[in-house]
Amino acid sequence: MKAQIELANQDNSSYRKLKDRIFFWFIVVMSVVTISPIVMIIGKLVVKGFRQFNFNFFTQTTPDTFEAMMAVSQGEIIPGGILNGITGSLLVVVLASVMAIPLGVIIGIYLYENQAKRYAGLIRSIADVLQGVPSIVLGLISYLWIVKHVTTGFSALAGSVSLCIMMLPLIIRSTEETMKMIPTSIKEAGLALGVPYYKIILRVLIPTGFSGLMTGILLAISRIIGETAPLMLTTLGSPVVNMNIAKPTSAVPLLIWEFYNDPNMVDLIWSSSLFLMGFVLTLNIISKRIAAKRRTI
Amino acid sequence: MTTVAMAEKQVKMEERIVDIKNPVLSIQDLSIAYNKDKYAVKHVNADIKKNAITAIMGPSGCGKSTLLRAINRMHELYPDIVTEGKINLHDDDILKMSTIKLRRKIGMVFQRPNPFPTMSIYDNVIAGYKLNGIKLKRAERDEIVERSLRNVALWDEVKDSLMKKGTFLSGGQQQRLCIARALAFQPEVILLDEPTSALDPVATAKVEDLLVELKKDYTIVLVTHNMSQAARISDYSMFMYLGELVEYDKTKVMFTNPRDSRTEGYLTGKFG
Ligand SMILES: Nc1ncnc2c1ncn2[C@@H]1O[C@H](COP(=O)(O)OP(=O)(O)O)[C@@H](O)[C@H]1O
Ligand SMILES: [Mg+2]
Repeated sequence: MKAQIELANQDNSSYRKLKDRIFFWFIVVMSVVTISPIVMIIGKLVVKGFRQFNFNFFTQTTPDTFEAMMAVSQGEIIPGGILNGITGSLLVVVLASVMAIPLGVIIGIYLYENQAKRYAGLIRSIADVLQGVPSIVLGLISYLWIVKHVTTGFSALAGSVSLCIMMLPLIIRSTEETMKMIPTSIKEAGLALGVPYYKIILRVLIPTGFSGLMTGILLAISRIIGETAPLMLTTLGSPVVNMNIAKPTSAVPLLIWEFYNDPNMVDLIWSSSLFLMGFVLTLNIISKRIAAKRRTI
Repeated sequence: MTTVAMAEKQVKMEERIVDIKNPVLSIQDLSIAYNKDKYAVKHVNADIKKNAITAIMGPSGCGKSTLLRAINRMHELYPDIVTEGKINLHDDDILKMSTIKLRRKIGMVFQRPNPFPTMSIYDNVIAGYKLNGIKLKRAERDEIVERSLRNVALWDEVKDSLMKKGTFLSGGQQQRLCIARALAFQPEVILLDEPTSALDPVATAKVEDLLVELKKDYTIVLVTHNMSQAARISDYSMFMYLGELVEYDKTKVMFTNPRDSRTEGYLTGKFG
Protein backbone atom coordinates (compact mmCIF):
# COMPACT_ATOMS: atom_id res chain seq x y z
CA MET A 1 0.00 0.00 0.00
CA LYS A 2 2.66 2.45 1.08
CA ALA A 3 4.85 1.52 -1.80
CA GLN A 4 1.99 2.07 -4.17
CA ILE A 5 1.46 5.61 -2.95
CA GLU A 6 5.12 6.39 -3.25
CA LEU A 7 5.11 4.98 -6.72
CA ALA A 8 2.15 7.13 -7.66
CA ASN A 9 3.87 10.19 -6.28
CA GLN A 10 7.06 9.47 -8.10
CA ASP A 11 5.21 9.18 -11.35
CA ASN A 12 4.29 12.86 -11.45
CA SER A 13 6.69 14.46 -9.07
CA SER A 14 9.30 15.68 -11.52
CA TYR A 15 6.63 17.11 -13.84
CA ARG A 16 4.87 18.78 -10.93
CA LYS A 17 8.05 20.22 -9.53
CA LEU A 18 8.93 21.65 -12.90
CA LYS A 19 5.48 23.17 -13.27
CA ASP A 20 5.72 24.62 -9.78
CA ARG A 21 9.10 26.17 -10.50
CA ILE A 22 7.98 27.66 -13.81
CA PHE A 23 4.99 29.30 -12.19
CA PHE A 24 7.03 30.51 -9.25
CA TRP A 25 9.52 32.31 -11.48
CA PHE A 26 6.78 33.57 -13.75
CA ILE A 27 5.11 35.24 -10.77
CA VAL A 28 8.41 36.64 -9.49
CA VAL A 29 9.22 38.15 -12.89
CA MET A 30 5.74 39.60 -13.28
CA SER A 31 5.83 41.11 -9.79
CA VAL A 32 9.18 42.73 -10.50
CA VAL A 33 7.90 44.08 -13.80
CA THR A 34 4.86 45.52 -12.07
CA ILE A 35 6.65 47.06 -9.13
CA SER A 36 9.83 48.24 -10.78
CA PRO A 37 8.49 51.41 -12.44
CA ILE A 38 7.17 52.80 -9.16
CA VAL A 39 10.34 51.84 -7.31
CA MET A 40 12.47 53.41 -10.05
CA ILE A 41 10.40 56.60 -10.06
CA ILE A 42 10.52 57.05 -6.30
CA GLY A 43 14.21 56.11 -6.20
CA LYS A 44 15.08 58.61 -8.88
CA LEU A 45 13.09 61.37 -7.18
CA VAL A 46 14.68 60.71 -3.81
CA VAL A 47 18.23 60.54 -5.17
CA LYS A 48 17.92 63.62 -7.34
CA GLY A 49 15.58 65.69 -5.20
CA PHE A 50 16.81 65.01 -1.73
CA ARG A 51 19.63 67.58 -1.88
CA GLN A 52 17.13 70.42 -2.36
CA PHE A 53 14.69 69.06 0.20
CA ASN A 54 15.46 71.41 3.10
CA PHE A 55 13.63 73.81 5.39
CA ASN A 56 13.83 76.72 2.94
CA PHE A 57 12.21 74.57 0.30
CA PHE A 58 8.94 74.80 2.23
CA THR A 59 9.20 78.32 3.60
CA GLN A 60 10.54 80.40 0.71
CA THR A 61 9.22 81.35 -2.68
CA THR A 62 10.85 80.46 -5.96
CA PRO A 63 14.23 82.09 -6.62
CA ASP A 64 14.72 84.18 -9.73
CA THR A 65 16.74 82.64 -12.46
CA PHE A 66 19.80 84.79 -11.75
CA GLU A 67 20.06 83.67 -8.11
CA ALA A 68 19.67 80.09 -9.24
CA MET A 69 22.35 80.49 -11.89
CA MET A 70 24.83 81.91 -9.38
CA ALA A 71 24.20 79.09 -6.95
CA VAL A 72 24.51 76.42 -9.60
CA SER A 73 27.72 77.89 -11.01
CA GLN A 74 29.27 77.80 -7.53
CA GLY A 75 28.12 74.24 -6.99
CA GLU A 76 25.74 75.22 -4.17
CA ILE A 77 22.14 74.18 -3.83
CA ILE A 78 19.60 76.54 -5.35
CA PRO A 79 18.23 79.02 -2.77
CA GLY A 80 14.54 79.55 -2.18
CA GLY A 81 11.73 77.04 -2.29
CA ILE A 82 8.27 76.39 -3.60
CA LEU A 83 6.13 78.04 -0.92
CA ASN A 84 4.19 79.99 -3.55
CA GLY A 85 3.43 76.70 -5.32
CA ILE A 86 2.35 74.88 -2.16
CA THR A 87 0.05 77.69 -1.01
CA GLY A 88 -1.27 78.10 -4.56
CA SER A 89 -2.02 74.39 -4.89
CA LEU A 90 -3.74 74.45 -1.51
CA LEU A 91 -5.83 77.47 -2.46
CA VAL A 92 -6.91 76.02 -5.79
CA VAL A 93 -7.59 72.54 -4.42
CA VAL A 94 -9.51 73.82 -1.40
CA LEU A 95 -11.62 76.05 -3.63
CA ALA A 96 -12.27 73.21 -6.07
CA SER A 97 -13.20 70.90 -3.19
CA VAL A 98 -15.54 73.44 -1.61
CA MET A 99 -17.44 73.54 -4.89
CA ALA A 100 -17.15 69.91 -5.97
CA ILE A 101 -17.74 68.02 -2.71
CA PRO A 102 -21.21 69.32 -1.78
CA LEU A 103 -22.36 69.33 -5.40
CA GLY A 104 -20.94 65.88 -6.11
CA VAL A 105 -22.35 64.34 -2.94
CA ILE A 106 -25.79 65.85 -3.57
CA ILE A 107 -25.87 64.63 -7.17
CA GLY A 108 -24.57 61.20 -6.08
CA ILE A 109 -27.33 60.87 -3.50
CA TYR A 110 -29.88 62.03 -6.07
CA LEU A 111 -28.74 59.30 -8.46
CA TYR A 112 -28.94 56.73 -5.67
CA GLU A 113 -32.45 57.83 -4.73
CA ASN A 114 -33.65 57.84 -8.31
CA GLN A 115 -31.88 54.76 -9.69
CA ALA A 116 -34.29 54.01 -12.48
CA LYS A 117 -35.40 57.49 -13.55
CA ARG A 118 -34.47 58.55 -17.05
CA TYR A 119 -33.14 61.85 -15.78
CA ALA A 120 -30.75 60.01 -13.47
CA GLY A 121 -29.50 57.96 -16.40
CA LEU A 122 -28.81 61.14 -18.31
CA ILE A 123 -26.82 62.64 -15.43
CA ARG A 124 -24.90 59.39 -15.10
CA SER A 125 -23.90 59.47 -18.77
CA ILE A 126 -22.93 63.12 -18.54
CA ALA A 127 -20.69 62.27 -15.60
CA ASP A 128 -19.11 59.46 -17.61
CA VAL A 129 -18.49 61.74 -20.58
CA LEU A 130 -17.06 64.40 -18.28
CA GLN A 131 -14.62 61.90 -16.89
CA GLY A 132 -13.28 61.32 -20.38
CA VAL A 133 -12.84 64.98 -21.33
CA PRO A 134 -9.12 65.86 -21.61
CA SER A 135 -8.17 68.12 -18.75
CA ILE A 136 -6.78 70.79 -21.07
CA VAL A 137 -10.23 71.13 -22.62
CA LEU A 138 -11.67 71.76 -19.17
CA GLY A 139 -8.96 74.40 -18.74
CA LEU A 140 -10.03 76.02 -21.98
CA ILE A 141 -13.66 76.04 -20.95
CA SER A 142 -12.82 77.60 -17.60
CA TYR A 143 -10.68 80.12 -19.45
CA LEU A 144 -13.68 81.09 -21.60
CA TRP A 145 -16.09 81.24 -18.67
CA ILE A 146 -14.09 82.54 -15.75
CA VAL A 147 -10.91 84.15 -17.01
CA LYS A 148 -12.71 86.09 -19.70
CA HIS A 149 -15.92 86.99 -17.95
CA VAL A 150 -15.79 86.54 -14.18
CA THR A 151 -12.34 87.46 -12.93
CA THR A 152 -11.32 89.17 -16.20
CA GLY A 153 -7.83 87.81 -15.87
CA PHE A 154 -5.99 84.65 -14.88
CA SER A 155 -7.07 83.58 -11.41
CA ALA A 156 -7.10 80.88 -8.77
CA LEU A 157 -10.87 80.74 -9.14
CA ALA A 158 -10.61 79.88 -12.83
CA GLY A 159 -8.18 77.09 -12.04
CA SER A 160 -10.36 75.69 -9.32
CA VAL A 161 -13.42 75.67 -11.60
CA SER A 162 -11.61 73.48 -14.12
CA LEU A 163 -10.39 71.16 -11.35
CA CYS A 164 -13.87 71.11 -9.81
CA ILE A 165 -15.27 69.80 -13.10
CA MET A 166 -12.62 67.07 -13.00
CA MET A 167 -13.50 66.11 -9.44
CA LEU A 168 -17.27 66.04 -9.95
CA PRO A 169 -17.68 62.77 -11.85
CA LEU A 170 -15.35 60.97 -9.46
CA ILE A 171 -17.24 62.17 -6.39
CA ILE A 172 -20.66 61.59 -7.94
CA ARG A 173 -19.83 58.00 -8.78
CA SER A 174 -18.15 57.17 -5.49
CA THR A 175 -21.05 58.70 -3.56
CA GLU A 176 -23.61 56.70 -5.50
CA GLU A 177 -21.65 53.47 -5.05
CA THR A 178 -21.18 54.13 -1.33
CA MET A 179 -24.89 54.80 -0.82
CA LYS A 180 -25.78 51.62 -2.67
CA MET A 181 -23.68 49.64 -0.22
CA ILE A 182 -25.63 50.87 2.82
CA PRO A 183 -28.33 48.29 3.58
CA THR A 184 -31.88 49.58 3.07
CA SER A 185 -32.68 48.27 6.52
CA ILE A 186 -30.66 51.15 8.01
CA LYS A 187 -32.78 53.64 6.08
CA GLU A 188 -35.94 51.83 7.14
CA ALA A 189 -34.85 51.97 10.78
CA GLY A 190 -34.77 55.76 10.49
CA LEU A 191 -38.08 55.99 8.67
CA ALA A 192 -39.76 53.75 11.23
CA LEU A 193 -38.76 56.26 13.91
CA GLY A 194 -40.67 58.96 12.07
CA VAL A 195 -37.55 60.77 10.95
CA PRO A 196 -38.11 63.00 7.89
CA TYR A 197 -36.24 61.78 4.83
CA TYR A 198 -33.81 64.66 4.47
CA LYS A 199 -32.70 64.15 8.06
CA ILE A 200 -32.12 60.47 7.39
CA ILE A 201 -29.84 61.41 4.50
CA LEU A 202 -27.94 63.97 6.55
CA ARG A 203 -27.74 62.19 9.87
CA VAL A 204 -27.87 58.50 9.03
CA LEU A 205 -26.81 57.79 5.45
CA ILE A 206 -23.94 60.27 5.17
CA PRO A 207 -22.38 59.33 8.54
CA THR A 208 -22.83 55.63 7.77
CA GLY A 209 -21.19 56.00 4.38
CA PHE A 210 -18.60 58.45 5.66
CA SER A 211 -15.58 56.28 4.97
CA GLY A 212 -16.70 55.61 1.41
CA LEU A 213 -17.43 59.27 0.74
CA MET A 214 -14.10 60.28 2.25
CA THR A 215 -12.18 57.74 0.19
CA GLY A 216 -13.78 59.01 -3.00
CA ILE A 217 -13.05 62.62 -2.09
CA LEU A 218 -9.41 61.97 -1.22
CA LEU A 219 -8.86 60.01 -4.40
CA ALA A 220 -10.44 62.82 -6.40
CA ILE A 221 -8.11 65.31 -4.72
CA SER A 222 -5.05 63.20 -5.36
CA ARG A 223 -6.21 62.90 -8.96
CA ILE A 224 -6.38 66.68 -9.52
CA ILE A 225 -3.48 67.89 -7.42
CA GLY A 226 -0.96 66.99 -10.10
CA GLU A 227 -2.93 68.56 -12.95
CA THR A 228 -0.87 71.01 -14.95
CA ALA A 229 -2.48 71.64 -18.29
CA PRO A 230 -5.73 73.27 -17.14
CA LEU A 231 -3.84 75.47 -14.68
CA MET A 232 -1.59 76.83 -17.44
CA LEU A 233 -4.68 78.28 -19.09
CA THR A 234 -6.31 79.50 -15.91
CA THR A 235 -4.14 80.27 -12.86
CA LEU A 236 -1.10 81.11 -15.01
CA GLY A 237 1.43 81.11 -12.14
CA SER A 238 2.90 83.62 -9.74
CA PRO A 239 6.33 84.17 -8.19
CA VAL A 240 4.78 85.29 -4.90
CA VAL A 241 2.40 83.75 -2.39
CA ASN A 242 -1.11 84.66 -3.47
CA MET A 243 -4.27 84.08 -1.47
CA ASN A 244 -6.59 86.21 -3.57
CA ILE A 245 -8.92 83.97 -5.55
CA ALA A 246 -9.23 86.57 -8.30
CA LYS A 247 -5.47 86.82 -8.90
CA PRO A 248 -3.00 84.61 -10.75
CA THR A 249 -1.62 81.86 -8.54
CA SER A 250 1.17 79.37 -8.66
CA ALA A 251 0.82 75.64 -8.07
CA VAL A 252 3.34 72.86 -7.54
CA PRO A 253 2.82 71.17 -10.92
CA LEU A 254 3.00 74.58 -12.64
CA LEU A 255 6.33 75.21 -10.92
CA ILE A 256 7.65 71.87 -12.11
CA TRP A 257 6.84 72.97 -15.65
CA GLU A 258 8.50 76.34 -15.10
CA PHE A 259 11.62 74.71 -13.63
CA TYR A 260 11.76 72.43 -16.62
CA ASN A 261 11.88 75.43 -18.91
CA ASP A 262 14.67 77.12 -16.97
CA PRO A 263 18.06 75.39 -17.33
CA ASN A 264 19.25 76.94 -14.07
CA MET A 265 16.49 75.42 -11.98
CA VAL A 266 16.63 71.83 -13.12
CA ASP A 267 17.49 70.57 -9.66
CA LEU A 268 14.24 71.96 -8.29
CA ILE A 269 12.23 69.77 -10.66
CA TRP A 270 13.19 66.69 -8.71
CA SER A 271 12.53 68.01 -5.24
CA SER A 272 9.16 69.46 -6.31
CA SER A 273 8.19 66.19 -7.95
CA LEU A 274 9.26 64.30 -4.84
CA PHE A 275 7.05 66.58 -2.78
CA LEU A 276 4.06 66.12 -5.07
CA MET A 277 4.52 62.37 -5.27
CA GLY A 278 4.85 62.14 -1.49
CA PHE A 279 1.68 64.17 -1.03
CA VAL A 280 -0.35 62.04 -3.41
CA LEU A 281 0.96 58.82 -1.87
CA THR A 282 0.07 60.07 1.60
CA LEU A 283 -3.46 60.94 0.47
CA ASN A 284 -3.83 57.48 -1.02
CA ILE A 285 -2.60 55.78 2.13
CA ILE A 286 -4.89 57.90 4.32
CA SER A 287 -7.89 57.08 2.17
CA LYS A 288 -7.08 53.36 2.35
CA ARG A 289 -6.77 53.64 6.12
CA ILE A 290 -10.11 55.38 6.45
CA ALA A 291 -11.75 52.80 4.25
CA ALA A 292 -10.35 49.97 6.36
CA LYS A 293 -11.03 51.55 9.74
CA ARG A 294 -14.54 52.84 9.34
CA ARG A 295 -15.96 49.86 7.51
CA THR A 296 -18.84 49.79 9.92
CA ILE A 297 -21.54 48.41 7.69
CA MET B 1 -48.37 19.35 19.11
CA THR B 2 -48.67 19.40 22.90
CA THR B 3 -49.81 22.99 22.76
CA VAL B 4 -52.62 21.91 20.55
CA ALA B 5 -53.62 19.11 22.88
CA MET B 6 -53.60 21.43 25.86
CA ALA B 7 -55.62 24.09 24.19
CA GLU B 8 -58.13 21.66 22.78
CA LYS B 9 -59.89 21.22 26.09
CA GLN B 10 -60.53 24.91 26.43
CA VAL B 11 -62.26 25.47 23.15
CA LYS B 12 -65.80 26.69 23.36
CA MET B 13 -68.09 27.45 20.51
CA GLU B 14 -68.65 31.10 21.41
CA GLU B 15 -64.92 31.78 21.12
CA ARG B 16 -64.94 30.97 17.46
CA ILE B 17 -65.82 34.43 16.31
CA VAL B 18 -63.35 37.18 17.08
CA ASP B 19 -65.23 40.04 18.57
CA ILE B 20 -62.77 42.58 19.85
CA LYS B 21 -64.12 45.41 21.95
CA ASN B 22 -62.42 48.79 21.83
CA PRO B 23 -59.75 47.70 19.38
CA VAL B 24 -56.53 49.69 19.19
CA LEU B 25 -56.33 49.17 15.48
CA SER B 26 -59.12 48.57 13.06
CA ILE B 27 -58.25 47.42 9.55
CA GLN B 28 -61.17 47.88 7.19
CA ASP B 29 -61.35 46.38 3.71
CA LEU B 30 -57.66 46.98 3.15
CA SER B 31 -56.16 46.15 -0.24
CA ILE B 32 -52.61 46.92 -1.32
CA ALA B 33 -51.00 46.54 -4.73
CA TYR B 34 -47.35 47.05 -5.62
CA ASN B 35 -48.15 47.03 -9.30
CA LYS B 36 -51.47 47.84 -10.84
CA ASP B 37 -53.90 44.93 -10.58
CA LYS B 38 -51.42 42.71 -8.75
CA TYR B 39 -52.69 42.87 -5.21
CA ALA B 40 -50.42 41.69 -2.39
CA VAL B 41 -53.13 42.23 0.24
CA LYS B 42 -56.80 41.72 -0.59
CA HIS B 43 -59.83 43.04 1.31
CA VAL B 44 -58.49 42.45 4.79
CA ASN B 45 -60.77 43.19 7.74
CA ALA B 46 -59.43 42.82 11.24
CA ASP B 47 -59.54 44.51 14.62
CA ILE B 48 -56.47 44.32 16.84
CA LYS B 49 -56.86 43.85 20.57
CA LYS B 50 -55.14 46.08 23.07
CA ASN B 51 -52.39 44.61 25.25
CA ALA B 52 -52.32 41.37 23.33
CA ILE B 53 -49.97 39.71 20.89
CA THR B 54 -51.53 39.22 17.48
CA ALA B 55 -49.57 36.92 15.19
CA ILE B 56 -49.77 37.06 11.41
CA MET B 57 -48.88 33.71 9.84
CA GLY B 58 -48.83 32.34 6.36
CA PRO B 59 -46.51 31.02 3.69
CA SER B 60 -43.77 33.20 2.28
CA GLY B 61 -45.04 35.83 -0.15
CA CYS B 62 -48.62 35.80 1.13
CA GLY B 63 -48.56 39.47 2.08
CA LYS B 64 -47.75 39.39 5.80
CA SER B 65 -45.04 42.03 5.61
CA THR B 66 -47.08 44.21 3.31
CA LEU B 67 -50.03 44.18 5.70
CA LEU B 68 -47.81 44.83 8.71
CA ARG B 69 -45.93 47.67 7.02
CA ALA B 70 -49.20 49.30 6.00
CA ILE B 71 -50.03 49.74 9.68
CA ASN B 72 -47.36 52.39 10.11
CA ARG B 73 -47.26 53.21 6.41
CA MET B 74 -43.76 51.93 5.85
CA HIS B 75 -45.15 50.38 2.67
CA GLU B 76 -45.25 53.85 1.16
CA LEU B 77 -41.49 53.54 0.60
CA TYR B 78 -42.48 52.11 -2.76
CA PRO B 79 -43.73 55.05 -4.77
CA ASP B 80 -46.12 53.15 -7.08
CA ILE B 81 -47.99 51.40 -4.31
CA VAL B 82 -51.79 51.54 -4.29
CA THR B 83 -53.62 51.44 -0.97
CA GLU B 84 -57.39 51.01 -0.72
CA GLY B 85 -59.50 50.78 2.40
CA LYS B 86 -58.87 52.14 5.84
CA ILE B 87 -56.85 51.59 8.98
CA ASN B 88 -57.90 53.32 12.17
CA LEU B 89 -55.78 53.87 15.23
CA HIS B 90 -58.55 54.37 17.79
CA ASP B 91 -60.64 56.89 15.86
CA ASP B 92 -57.93 58.41 13.71
CA ASP B 93 -57.50 57.39 10.09
CA ILE B 94 -53.87 56.32 9.80
CA LEU B 95 -53.74 57.04 6.10
CA LYS B 96 -54.57 60.68 6.84
CA MET B 97 -52.15 61.20 9.71
CA SER B 98 -48.66 62.60 9.27
CA THR B 99 -46.25 59.68 9.00
CA ILE B 100 -43.98 61.37 11.51
CA LYS B 101 -46.67 61.40 14.21
CA LEU B 102 -47.98 58.00 13.24
CA ARG B 103 -44.61 56.28 13.45
CA ARG B 104 -44.03 57.65 16.92
CA LYS B 105 -47.24 55.96 18.02
CA ILE B 106 -46.63 52.75 16.10
CA GLY B 107 -43.05 51.50 16.33
CA MET B 108 -41.49 48.85 14.13
CA VAL B 109 -38.86 46.13 14.48
CA PHE B 110 -37.42 44.41 11.43
CA GLN B 111 -36.35 40.94 10.39
CA ARG B 112 -32.64 41.64 10.62
CA PRO B 113 -31.35 43.64 13.57
CA ASN B 114 -30.55 47.08 12.17
CA PRO B 115 -28.94 49.30 14.79
CA PHE B 116 -27.44 52.46 13.32
CA PRO B 117 -23.84 51.38 12.68
CA THR B 118 -22.27 54.74 13.49
CA MET B 119 -24.07 55.18 16.80
CA SER B 120 -23.30 53.95 20.31
CA ILE B 121 -25.72 51.74 22.19
CA TYR B 122 -26.89 54.81 24.11
CA ASP B 123 -27.40 56.87 20.96
CA ASN B 124 -29.21 54.03 19.25
CA VAL B 125 -31.82 53.90 22.01
CA ILE B 126 -32.29 57.65 21.96
CA ALA B 127 -32.03 57.84 18.14
CA GLY B 128 -35.70 58.64 17.64
CA TYR B 129 -35.33 61.80 19.69
CA LYS B 130 -31.89 62.69 18.42
CA LEU B 131 -32.62 62.28 14.72
CA ASN B 132 -35.86 64.18 15.04
CA GLY B 133 -34.07 67.02 16.81
CA ILE B 134 -36.14 66.69 19.98
CA LYS B 135 -34.18 68.40 22.74
CA LEU B 136 -34.02 66.61 26.08
CA LYS B 137 -32.17 67.27 29.28
CA ARG B 138 -29.30 64.95 30.06
CA ALA B 139 -31.21 63.40 32.97
CA GLU B 140 -34.29 62.78 30.82
CA ARG B 141 -32.20 61.11 28.16
CA ASP B 142 -30.47 58.90 30.71
CA GLU B 143 -33.82 57.94 32.12
CA ILE B 144 -35.31 57.03 28.73
CA VAL B 145 -32.26 54.97 27.81
CA GLU B 146 -32.25 53.09 31.08
CA ARG B 147 -35.99 52.49 31.06
CA SER B 148 -36.00 51.26 27.46
CA LEU B 149 -33.01 48.97 27.97
CA ARG B 150 -34.54 47.58 31.16
CA ASN B 151 -37.76 46.97 29.24
CA VAL B 152 -35.90 44.67 26.87
CA ALA B 153 -33.81 43.08 29.65
CA LEU B 154 -30.62 44.43 28.12
CA TRP B 155 -29.69 46.97 30.77
CA ASP B 156 -27.62 44.66 32.97
CA GLU B 157 -25.75 43.32 29.95
CA VAL B 158 -24.76 46.67 28.50
CA LYS B 159 -24.89 49.25 31.29
CA ASP B 160 -21.09 49.41 31.44
CA SER B 161 -20.60 49.73 27.71
CA LEU B 162 -23.29 52.20 26.70
CA MET B 163 -20.82 54.20 24.65
CA LYS B 164 -19.72 51.22 22.57
CA LYS B 165 -21.07 50.83 19.06
CA GLY B 166 -24.40 49.02 18.89
CA THR B 167 -23.00 46.78 16.19
CA PHE B 168 -20.55 45.20 18.66
CA LEU B 169 -23.42 43.37 20.35
CA SER B 170 -24.48 39.83 19.46
CA GLY B 171 -27.35 39.37 17.01
CA GLY B 172 -29.87 38.71 19.76
CA GLN B 173 -28.68 41.69 21.78
CA GLN B 174 -28.83 43.87 18.67
CA GLN B 175 -32.42 42.83 18.06
CA ARG B 176 -33.34 43.66 21.64
CA LEU B 177 -31.56 46.98 21.22
CA CYS B 178 -33.75 47.63 18.19
CA ILE B 179 -36.83 46.82 20.24
CA ALA B 180 -35.58 49.23 22.92
CA ARG B 181 -35.14 51.88 20.23
CA ALA B 182 -38.76 51.39 19.20
CA LEU B 183 -39.90 51.52 22.84
CA ALA B 184 -38.09 54.77 23.61
CA PHE B 185 -41.01 56.81 22.25
CA GLN B 186 -43.43 54.73 24.36
CA PRO B 187 -45.58 53.93 21.33
CA GLU B 188 -48.98 52.33 21.63
CA VAL B 189 -48.34 49.58 19.13
CA ILE B 190 -45.20 47.68 18.21
CA LEU B 191 -45.01 45.93 14.86
CA LEU B 192 -42.46 43.15 14.47
CA ASP B 193 -41.66 41.52 11.14
CA GLU B 194 -40.17 38.06 11.76
CA PRO B 195 -37.97 39.50 14.50
CA THR B 196 -36.36 36.19 15.42
CA SER B 197 -35.76 34.66 12.01
CA ALA B 198 -32.10 35.74 12.07
CA LEU B 199 -31.51 34.64 15.67
CA ASP B 200 -30.38 31.43 17.32
CA PRO B 201 -32.82 29.48 19.55
CA VAL B 202 -31.53 30.95 22.81
CA ALA B 203 -31.78 34.52 21.56
CA THR B 204 -35.18 33.69 20.08
CA ALA B 205 -36.46 32.45 23.43
CA LYS B 206 -35.28 35.66 25.08
CA VAL B 207 -37.10 37.82 22.56
CA GLU B 208 -40.25 35.72 22.93
CA ASP B 209 -40.20 36.05 26.73
CA LEU B 210 -39.67 39.74 26.28
CA LEU B 211 -42.68 40.15 24.00
CA VAL B 212 -44.92 38.35 26.48
CA GLU B 213 -43.65 40.73 29.14
CA LEU B 214 -44.14 43.80 26.91
CA LYS B 215 -47.77 43.12 26.07
CA LYS B 216 -48.69 44.39 29.53
CA ASP B 217 -47.87 47.89 28.31
CA TYR B 218 -48.03 47.67 24.56
CA THR B 219 -50.13 46.20 21.82
CA ILE B 220 -48.01 43.85 19.72
CA VAL B 221 -48.48 42.70 16.13
CA LEU B 222 -46.01 40.00 15.15
CA VAL B 223 -45.37 38.54 11.72
CA THR B 224 -43.93 35.07 11.97
CA HIS B 225 -43.53 32.18 9.61
CA ASN B 226 -42.83 29.99 12.56
CA MET B 227 -46.09 28.38 13.64
CA SER B 228 -44.82 27.17 16.98
CA GLN B 229 -43.75 30.70 17.83
CA ALA B 230 -47.27 31.94 17.17
CA ALA B 231 -48.65 29.07 19.26
CA ARG B 232 -46.24 29.80 22.11
CA ILE B 233 -46.73 33.50 22.58
CA SER B 234 -49.63 34.94 20.63
CA ASP B 235 -53.15 35.54 21.91
CA TYR B 236 -54.71 36.03 18.48
CA SER B 237 -53.62 34.65 15.14
CA MET B 238 -54.25 35.59 11.56
CA PHE B 239 -53.66 33.17 8.75
CA MET B 240 -53.01 34.77 5.38
CA TYR B 241 -52.89 33.06 2.04
CA LEU B 242 -52.28 34.71 -1.35
CA GLY B 243 -53.05 38.13 0.07
CA GLU B 244 -56.30 37.12 1.74
CA LEU B 245 -56.93 36.98 5.45
CA VAL B 246 -58.26 33.43 5.50
CA GLU B 247 -58.81 33.06 9.19
CA TYR B 248 -58.51 35.24 12.27
CA ASP B 249 -59.18 33.86 15.68
CA LYS B 250 -57.91 33.31 19.17
CA THR B 251 -54.66 31.43 18.76
CA LYS B 252 -55.70 28.39 20.75
CA VAL B 253 -58.92 28.13 18.79
CA MET B 254 -57.21 28.39 15.44
CA PHE B 255 -54.58 25.82 16.32
CA THR B 256 -57.07 23.30 17.59
CA ASN B 257 -60.04 23.90 15.38
CA PRO B 258 -59.22 25.70 12.17
CA ARG B 259 -62.35 26.54 10.22
CA ASP B 260 -60.77 26.79 6.79
CA SER B 261 -59.17 23.85 5.05
CA ARG B 262 -56.28 26.08 3.92
CA THR B 263 -55.51 27.00 7.52
CA GLU B 264 -55.64 23.36 8.47
CA GLY B 265 -53.35 22.49 5.59
CA TYR B 266 -50.85 25.11 6.69
CA LEU B 267 -50.96 24.15 10.36
CA THR B 268 -50.48 20.49 9.59
CA GLY B 269 -47.48 21.31 7.47
CA LYS B 270 -48.94 20.50 4.06
CA PHE B 271 -47.47 23.73 2.65
CA GLY B 272 -45.54 26.81 3.68
N1 LIG C 1 -41.23 45.92 -3.44
C1 LIG C 1 -42.08 45.07 -4.05
N2 LIG C 1 -42.42 45.27 -5.36
C2 LIG C 1 -43.26 44.44 -5.99
N3 LIG C 1 -43.84 43.38 -5.41
C3 LIG C 1 -43.56 43.11 -4.12
C4 LIG C 1 -42.66 43.95 -3.38
N4 LIG C 1 -42.56 43.46 -2.11
C5 LIG C 1 -43.35 42.36 -2.08
N5 LIG C 1 -43.95 42.16 -3.27
C6 LIG C 1 -44.91 41.08 -3.59
O1 LIG C 1 -45.99 41.18 -2.72
C7 LIG C 1 -46.37 39.91 -2.24
C8 LIG C 1 -46.37 39.89 -0.73
O2 LIG C 1 -45.08 40.12 -0.24
P1 LIG C 1 -44.75 40.19 1.31
O3 LIG C 1 -45.75 41.06 1.96
O4 LIG C 1 -43.34 40.57 1.44
O5 LIG C 1 -44.96 38.67 1.75
P2 LIG C 1 -44.51 37.93 3.09
O6 LIG C 1 -44.00 38.95 4.06
O7 LIG C 1 -45.75 37.25 3.55
O8 LIG C 1 -43.48 36.95 2.71
C9 LIG C 1 -45.41 38.91 -2.85
O9 LIG C 1 -46.05 38.31 -3.94
C10 LIG C 1 -44.27 39.74 -3.31
O10 LIG C 1 -43.72 39.19 -4.49
MG1 LIG D 1 -42.04 39.16 4.91
